[in-house]
Amino acid sequence: MNESGRNDGKSPLVEVDGVEKVFHRGAEEIHVLKDLHLQVPAGEFLALMGPSGSGKSTLLNLIGGLDRPTKGTVRVGGESVDTLSDRHLAAWRARHIGFVFQLYNLLPVLTAERNVELPLLLTHLSKAERNRHVQAALAVVGLTPRAKHFPRTLSGGEQQRVGIARGIVTDPTLLLCDEPTGDLDRKAGDEILDLLQALNREHGKTIIMVTHDPHASARASRTVYLNKGQLSAEPVK
Amino acid sequence: MKFFPLIWSNLLRKKLRTVLTLLSIFVAFVLFSYLSAIKQALSGGISLAGANRLVVRHKVSIIQLLPESYKARMERISGVSLVTHQTWFGGVYQDSKQFFMQNPVVPEEFLEMHPEIVLAPEQKAAWLRTRIGAIVGRKTADRFRWKIGDKIPILSAIWAKNDGTRTWEFEIVGIFDGRDKGTDTTPLFFRYDYFDEARRSGFGKGLVGWYTIRVTDPARAAEIAKLVDAEFENSSAETKTEPEGAFVQAWVKQIGDIAMITASILSAVFFTILLVTGNTISQSVRERTGELGVLKAIGFTNGQVLALVLLESCLLAVIGGALGLGFGKALTALGDPTGGLLPMFFFPNHDLIVGLGGCLALGLVTGFFPALQAMRLRVAEALRRI
Ligand SMILES: Nc1ncnc2c1ncn2[C@@H]1O[C@H](COP(=O)(O)OP(=O)(O)OP(=O)(O)O)[C@@H](O)[C@H]1O
Ligand SMILES: [Mg+2]
Repeated sequence: MNESGRNDGKSPLVEVDGVEKVFHRGAEEIHVLKDLHLQVPAGEFLALMGPSGSGKSTLLNLIGGLDRPTKGTVRVGGESVDTLSDRHLAAWRARHIGFVFQLYNLLPVLTAERNVELPLLLTHLSKAERNRHVQAALAVVGLTPRAKHFPRTLSGGEQQRVGIARGIVTDPTLLLCDEPTGDLDRKAGDEILDLLQALNREHGKTIIMVTHDPHASARASRTVYLNKGQLSAEPVK
Repeated sequence: MKFFPLIWSNLLRKKLRTVLTLLSIFVAFVLFSYLSAIKQALSGGISLAGANRLVVRHKVSIIQLLPESYKARMERISGVSLVTHQTWFGGVYQDSKQFFMQNPVVPEEFLEMHPEIVLAPEQKAAWLRTRIGAIVGRKTADRFRWKIGDKIPILSAIWAKNDGTRTWEFEIVGIFDGRDKGTDTTPLFFRYDYFDEARRSGFGKGLVGWYTIRVTDPARAAEIAKLVDAEFENSSAETKTEPEGAFVQAWVKQIGDIAMITASILSAVFFTILLVTGNTISQSVRERTGELGVLKAIGFTNGQVLALVLLESCLLAVIGGALGLGFGKALTALGDPTGGLLPMFFFPNHDLIVGLGGCLALGLVTGFFPALQAMRLRVAEALRRI
C-alpha cells in the first residue's frame, strides 16, 4: 500500500481508498489510476505533481465528484462521493466544492460579478445576499473595481482571480485547482499563489492544487507525486 | 427569475445570428397572421352561421331553383318556426371586377331570420315602403360611396326584365351593419316582390334560389332536415337540407379549399423555421460544450442544464413570434389587401392564441434535442474539450 496521507488522529477531509480508474478508447483500456490511496486532512494545502498524462486531472475530478472511480471509494467530509446519484452529486458539488481551472473557464457573456454569482444561483439566497457574497469574494481576490468588466477585457491573472472568486463564493469545504497558474506568467502566477496561500492560511480553506511548476508546489504545505497510477511522497526519476 | 440574465446573455453571444433567426421567426408569424385573416375572411361565415338555421337547396346543385310554393309546405313541418328565401341575382355594378352579392329577399321575414343584420328602424320602414328599395352592407356602401337615396344600376348576368333589358335599378334605402365582427357587410338585398314581378316570364317566375328555415330546437336540426327532404322526395325538385355552416362552406369550396391551402403554405414555412431555429440553437449549444461543463462542475444538475437550453430556445421563439404576431395584427388592422372585396378582414383572437401556442411549440421542439444533448454531456469530458 502506498500511504501518502498524514494521520493525526481525527479522520481526514478527503479519503481516497484503493481507487482505480480505467478509460476505454475504442478497444484499448487505459489504466490511469491503480489502487491509489490519498488522505488530505482539513486545512491542508496539497500540491499534486506528475508528468503530463499521469492522471492528475483524473484524480482531481474523482475527488470533486465530476467522475466516478472504476473501483475503490472516494470520501469527502465523510460522504461517499462515488455512490451518490448524479443529481445528489451535483447538489453536493454546489455545496462543498469550488473549482479553479487552468483556462479560467469564465462565461464570456457574463461580467466578472455575474460569473462569480453563478454558483450562488443554486442556493436559496436572495438577490441582495447573493450580491453581498459576490462583493466579498471579489474583495478577497482584490478585483472589486473590475466587477462590471467582461472576461475578455481582463488580463489572464485577473481572469484567474475571478475564477478563484467564483470557486470560493459559496465558502466550499474544499477548493480544487487544476494548474491554476499554468497559463500565467511568473508574476501573475505568484499573485495567484499568494492568494491561494492566504485562502489556506487565513481562511482555513483546504486546497488541492495540480501543478507542473516546482515553484508553485513550494507554496503548498505538502506535495505528492503521481506516477504510473500511484502516489508517492518523492518525485520519481 | 434569477437565471434570466444567464439565458438572455447567451442569446446575445452571437448577435447577428440571433437577429437573423429572430427575423425569420418574425416573418413566419407575420405570414401566419395574414393568412389567418384571409382564411377567416373566406370561411368566417361558417363559424358565425346560426346553429338554429338550416338551408334548403335543390338536391342536384345550388344553382337549380326551387318553387316558391315550397315555403308553405315547409312551414307546416313541426319544429320549423320561420321560412324565408333568397335567390342568386349575379349582378355587377359598373365593371365586372367589382363583385358583391345581391339577392332578392322578402324584407320582413328576411330581417327576422337574420338578427345579425342591423338596420335602423326608420330605414327598415323605408324599405317596406319603397318597392325598388334595397339595403346594402356598410362595406360595399363605403366602397362605392353610396348614400341613402342613391339610385344604383346593376347589370344581372342571369335575370332579364319584362322589357328584355338586364339592367336593374335600385334605390338605396338603408345601410346595414353587422352585429358580430365576422358578419358579412358586403351584400345588397332588394325586394323579392319587385323582382318576381319585373323578371321576364318564361324563365324562373315563381322560383327561388334557396330557403333558410329556422328550427325551434337546434338539437333537432338534423331530424328536421330529414323531414324537409322527405317532404319533397319524388317531386320534380327534390331538396337537400343542411345546417347553414355546411351551406356557406359549399360556397367557399368553390373558391378552393382555403383551409387546406393556408395549412400547406404554413407547414412549408414552419418546417423551414424549424430547421433555421433548430440549427441556431444546436450550434450555440455545441459551441458552449465547455461552458456547460463548467456549469455542471459548479453544481448545476442535468435537469437544470436541460431547462436552461429549453428556456433559451423558447425565449428566442416567443420573442420572434410575439413580434411577428403583433406586427401581423397591426398590419391586418390596416385593412383588406383587396380593397374591399373580402367580406371581412381581421386577425381573429382565436388564431392569435393559436399563434402564441405555436411560438412556444416552436421553442420546445427546436430546443429539445440540443437540450437533451446538453443534459447528457458528461462533465469530465466536457471540461477536456475546452
Ligand atoms: N474521458 C477520457 N477518455 C479516454 N481517455 C481519457 C479520458 N480522460 C483522460 N484520459 C486519459 O487518461 C490519461 C490521464 O489524463 P489526465 O488528464 O488525468 O492527465 P494529467 O495528468 O492531468 O495530464 P496533464 O498534465 O497533461 O493535464 C491520459 O492518457 C488521457 O488521455
Ligand atoms: Mg490535467
